[in-house]
Amino acid sequence: MASAAPPRESRFAKVNSDIIGALWGPDWRYTSMMTLLGAVIGWAFFALLWQIKFGMGTAGINNPVMWGVYITNFVFWVGIAHSGTLISAILYLLRSGWRTTINRAAEAMTIFAVMTAGLFPLIHLGRIWYFYFLAPYPNQRMLWPNFRSPLIWDFFAISTYFAISLLFWYAGLIPDMAAVRDRLGKMSGRMARLKQKIYGALSLGWQGSDSQWKHYRRAYLYLAAIATPLVLSVHSVVSWDFAMALVPGWHSTVFAPYFVAGAIFSGIAMVITLAVPFRWALGLEDYINEYHFDNMGKLLLLTSLIVGYAYLTEFFMAWISGDGIEQSSFLYRAFGDYTVPFFIMMMCNAVIPLLCFSRKVRRSIAAMFVISILVNLGMWYERFVIIVTGLAHEFEPYAWGVYKPTWVELSITAGSFAWFLFWFMLFAKTLPAISITEVKESIAEGIWSPGDKKEDA
Amino acid sequence: MAAHAAVSARFDDVHTVLGAVRSLREQGHEDVTLYGPVMEPELEDALAKPRSPVRRYALIGGIMGGISGFALTIWSSYYYPLVVGGKPLSSIPAYVVIGFEMTILFAGISALIGMLIHNRMPTAKLDPHFDPSFTEDTFGLRVVCSSERSGSVELLLRSAGSREVNVER
Repeated sequence: MASAAPPRESRFAKVNSDIIGALWGPDWRYTSMMTLLGAVIGWAFFALLWQIKFGMGTAGINNPVMWGVYITNFVFWVGIAHSGTLISAILYLLRSGWRTTINRAAEAMTIFAVMTAGLFPLIHLGRIWYFYFLAPYPNQRMLWPNFRSPLIWDFFAISTYFAISLLFWYAGLIPDMAAVRDRLGKMSGRMARLKQKIYGALSLGWQGSDSQWKHYRRAYLYLAAIATPLVLSVHSVVSWDFAMALVPGWHSTVFAPYFVAGAIFSGIAMVITLAVPFRWALGLEDYINEYHFDNMGKLLLLTSLIVGYAYLTEFFMAWISGDGIEQSSFLYRAFGDYTVPFFIMMMCNAVIPLLCFSRKVRRSIAAMFVISILVNLGMWYERFVIIVTGLAHEFEPYAWGVYKPTWVELSITAGSFAWFLFWFMLFAKTLPAISITEVKESIAEGIWSPGDKKEDA
Repeated sequence: MAAHAAVSARFDDVHTVLGAVRSLREQGHEDVTLYGPVMEPELEDALAKPRSPVRRYALIGGIMGGISGFALTIWSSYYYPLVVGGKPLSSIPAYVVIGFEMTILFAGISALIGMLIHNRMPTAKLDPHFDPSFTEDTFGLRVVCSSERSGSVELLLRSAGSREVNVER
């Protein structure tokens, strides 16, 4: 131990005590929120059991609309997952200063969102116990998956994405776990010893010697470098689930960039939505402040413009194609049975985010919170509109149909939000929710320090 | 053989430790270990240790992953031949996606494994020279040198601004 305690905490020590100090002692608000989320998840599980017992007829999906809210949720949650890796990997490679305090939470969000998304293809299967047919494994029937199928690509893309995001997140956590371990070492009591053992095991014996840092930073850089093309590939593959089919409104080459931009858009919106209660509940207002919201607002605006442009491109392509079926499909999308979802999508995704052109709006946390919630809503509806209007209005008029979700689907959808938030809240109280190392790095390099609400030139 | 001594010092600030490392290297000390809560690129440069071999793990892992992705898909289409419309059995463009994902997966996992191997992690036993304050706000510098030079090293570290210097002979 140091011979004498310094009179005042150093800046580095303050980072440790602020971030690690936020971990202990959940209060009554936390426990009651967790109980509520648990109840919603329980109800959704009941709905799922109901569907398994009585069959897929309990869900509203029908012929021709055989993809409904479940696939909407799948695409929505995969999209949410994208900003985590964007913030952590792409902005890491770009040496962006503002990512340091939100990257940990965004990566955690990625993992929990993929965990949520991954449930939906299984729920949608109906006979959920056959999901392992997707995995390539040697079997007696000599059967292998059809590797030409976008659904198998998707299985590979999502599994890889989950694995790499998890490793990337965990790699980032290693030095911070060691910081928690060493802080616990100063406390007395049996609980502290037990916790110290757990965090010590999770830190894998990290000591922060120069050679460890050297290998660590290399590995982190490579993970970031390979995660970058991965992010772009995953939602492209998800979009090909649609674009590879001949359905009018889906069969389009613009789908991959359009979906990737949409994914990043929705993901950033979710980061903003979660960052507001998160900074308040953990008392980390100095760490995530106007500076970060300003920059996230710019990213939100950029992706919103791309998404809005893609919406218009789709209509333009339908018009210029001269293909009557394509044109009819897009007219149906805007003015058919799903006009309300369509206009919610247009307003929330392409119009309202334009407010972010204003610096004042971007630096107002309340305004960003409201906009981000509307964007989340809009992006959920975007997936709904693409999936349902595409299928409801295919080639033959006698095969047109309308879809309405049932209570089972809506309960499971609500459950997915609760499930996601449950994991996120668990994370916020058990692991260092802001990267201690990276905050210190930016202090040491003089890029940014806690409490600084600086503006980029 | 000359007796060895280990000089260890603590620093509060990244800039002072950087100065200390630079002057140690100028005096030709090779066996320098630094512990710290962050490790800036300047510090790495000043220490001038060999390049990390983790890059090779990532490359080899990525190549292995790409090969196994294509191997799995191509092999399985010949293993159970299903001729559709007289088309070739394996559709390489469709398999690019699988090959790509496997490349990424293997490269990431092997980069991490490489890091763990070279860092001697996971381990339950911490280095005896490690101190818990190194993950908080202290930089620890440990120099192993011959006994005769330990005095000059100690002096150097003190003048560089170290808070605390210990010499083990």
